[in-house]
Amino acid sequence: MPKVTIDGHTIEVPDGTTILQAARMIGGDVTPPAMCYYSKLKTSGGYCRTCIVKVTKGSEKDPRPMPKPVASCRTTVMDGMEVQNKTAPDLIDARNGVVEFLLINHPLDCPICDQAGECHLQDLSYENGLSKSRYEFKRREFEKIDIGDKIKLHMTRCILCYRCVKVAEQVCDTRVHGVMNRGDVAEISTYIEKAIDNDFSGNMIDVCPVGALTDRTFRFKSRVWFTKPMDAHRDCSKCCGKAVLYMSGNEVLRVSARKDMWGEVEDAAEGKPGWICNECRFEKKEVKDWTIEGPRAIDRHSVIAQNKYLDKKNLKIDVSNQKQIQEKAHN
Amino acid sequence: MGRKLLTQHINVPGIRNLETYRQHGGYDTLRKAFGMKQEDIVEEVKKSGLRGRGGAGFPTGLKWSFLAKPEGVARYLVCNADESEPGTFKDRYMMEHLPHLLIEGMAIGSFALGCRTSYIYIRGELMYVYHILQKAIDEAYAAGFLGKNVMGTGWDFDLFLQCGGGAYICGEETALIESLEGKRGNPRIKPPFPAIKGVWDCPTVVNNVESIMAVVPIVRDGGDAYAQIGIGKSTGTKLISACGHLKKPGVYEIELGVPVEEFIYSDEYCGGIRNDKKLKAVVAGGSSVPVLPAELILKTANGEPRLMSYESLADGGFATGTMLGSGGFIVMDEDTSIVKNLWTFTRFYHHESCGQCSPCREGTGWMEKLLHKILDGHGTLADVDLLWEIQSKIEGKTICPLGDAAAWPVASAIRHFRSEFEEYVRNPSAIRKDHHYYRVNNLNPELV
Repeated sequence: MPKVTIDGHTIEVPDGTTILQAARMIGGDVTPPAMCYYSKLKTSGGYCRTCIVKVTKGSEKDPRPMPKPVASCRTTVMDGMEVQNKTAPDLIDARNGVVEFLLINHPLDCPICDQAGECHLQDLSYENGLSKSRYEFKRREFEKIDIGDKIKLHMTRCILCYRCVKVAEQVCDTRVHGVMNRGDVAEISTYIEKAIDNDFSGNMIDVCPVGALTDRTFRFKSRVWFTKPMDAHRDCSKCCGKAVLYMSGNEVLRVSARKDMWGEVEDAAEGKPGWICNECRFEKKEVKDWTIEGPRAIDRHSVIAQNKYLDKKNLKIDVSNQKQIQEKAHN
Repeated sequence: MGRKLLTQHINVPGIRNLETYRQHGGYDTLRKAFGMKQEDIVEEVKKSGLRGRGGAGFPTGLKWSFLAKPEGVARYLVCNADESEPGTFKDRYMMEHLPHLLIEGMAIGSFALGCRTSYIYIRGELMYVYHILQKAIDEAYAAGFLGKNVMGTGWDFDLFLQCGGGAYICGEETALIESLEGKRGNPRIKPPFPAIKGVWDCPTVVNNVESIMAVVPIVRDGGDAYAQIGIGKSTGTKLISACGHLKKPGVYEIELGVPVEEFIYSDEYCGGIRNDKKLKAVVAGGSSVPVLPAELILKTANGEPRLMSYESLADGGFATGTMLGSGGFIVMDEDTSIVKNLWTFTRFYHHESCGQCSPCREGTGWMEKLLHKILDGHGTLADVDLLWEIQSKIEGKTICPLGDAAAWPVASAIRHFRSEFEEYVRNPSAIRKDHHYYRVNNLNPELV
């Protein structure tokens, strides 16, 4: 079991754990943001570069620091590794740079975006962005595409995290979409706008960190913060049937999979991600279809989260360090 | 006159054909290799000190010895012939004239590494070279140098020639492997390195054309003899593709350690600057390495003469040095505009970025647009600072070295020629009347 120290917090983790996973085990501010990494999807991560960290000590055996910042989502922890995230100003500067790159071609149309309020990029730019853009040129634009009658692809907002491609590869039966072209005109596409017709294609909406893939049955119905999220389940022959209903009064406006504090789909059973099928997501929009369990508790990336900051109390914090921080805050 | 190990027979008429190639000692080295132990061949390459000729300069022998050798798993040797670095054209020239030298090198390398199948991944634009190579491979199959029971030794070896789609990024070894497997040419995230998991998830060595060709003289004459050529850790000969404002541009085989001044001005090599103009700047190793002004390329910061070797060119780090890179030697005379030249390079990297990771995908386009703005005379001094900041935010933050390759030229141009950028900002009208070699005719009015 290798031991890793991230920003002064030491934790022992199983072999093969990545730095990001270890940081998530510690929790709180130590965790680097991740836009493309998705623990439930194999081979995801490494593309967005927001999770970069500075490795100041490679391992007990080879204490040399790593020459460049590394993507924490794809770098495995070594015994004795020391990592800096929030404590390295040059790294924060580098991450701010990455966020700036992500934003230069993003339309920043949050007021009319369905993802607003639960958008990872919004959070990220709030935490790491500049107050104004230094990009003065025309932003890249794409036509909006309907992929199937239930999903809208708004490519202009896409940050090319490849998550939806991995969903198509690993969750759906066949992959009918992918990345076309290259460089800054690369786009997610079905090539001939072929409808994505697949029982699990709706999960692309859940994994999308921005508002590039949105639910056409929910588009412009309501702002998410006016809805009440409720845990609910139903017997479904295709999927686990565990979902979150976004309700307004007795109306079910949207159905999504249950997401954990990192914005990832929760496990329905041990080791089995709770992806939901398109029937549950798009067709079952009546209260009578569902057994409602109660209000949904925590969802990190959502303004509608109840007890949004509650989880931060459960941190495995190095108390001595915490005291110092408190003292500093008081002084 | 320096020794020629690769190009000695290049001007023999008909050397492309197997018959003529054999008359000049062709495939004798392969026969010699079969008489050696496989480990001994790797050992000879290690002893020779041969460094990867593709640009990074990683010792080839060391790379070979890193190859994982699990039981019952195939291994592959892949030749990276996707030469697309602007300013580099040595591999194309060699493959065009001496296709059999590459095939012989591939056979020796594959034998030494225990590969049964190997690939040559050639750039899509080089279709005529593809046909030359394919013809040579067919000849070699017919003569029994490839295929079943090579030269009666009982060793079966297949060599395939795979044509790329014409993307610069596929010269990056993991992107090359992806492309070779028929996928989108995106670089993989390392580790695992190709030596552990490469083509079809099997251990793989990817080598540049010139590195593989150099294996032939190394095995023929022995690693020690090869190591005696050159200077320090830069051993052997190197092909330099010299271009730009030279009297005699072309591909030259030099012994590493030739002074840069001699290489540019002597009649044996480039013969001086065209029209006897003054030297302004040199990009010493293909477009991605830092550009150096004349005084720094001829002499290091310590005042020692700079030599054509990995160490001497890198002397002084990026502050006052550069890299030997792939040997694409681009020379610019006093009339050249560094800013326009930089714009050309940046446009190239913008076009070739694969779009996988964000700093390179977004940053390369941003840099190009900013340079465009400056060239159009609408730039400000803040734009130059912003340009500097963008490149520093790209460098080292990307999956593959393309991000670095896009950032280094920008950094070095601003570092050494900042006054020129400022001239464009301060006095745009005077500059725009001036006719430069790299005249920009297709300015996009939308961005003005």
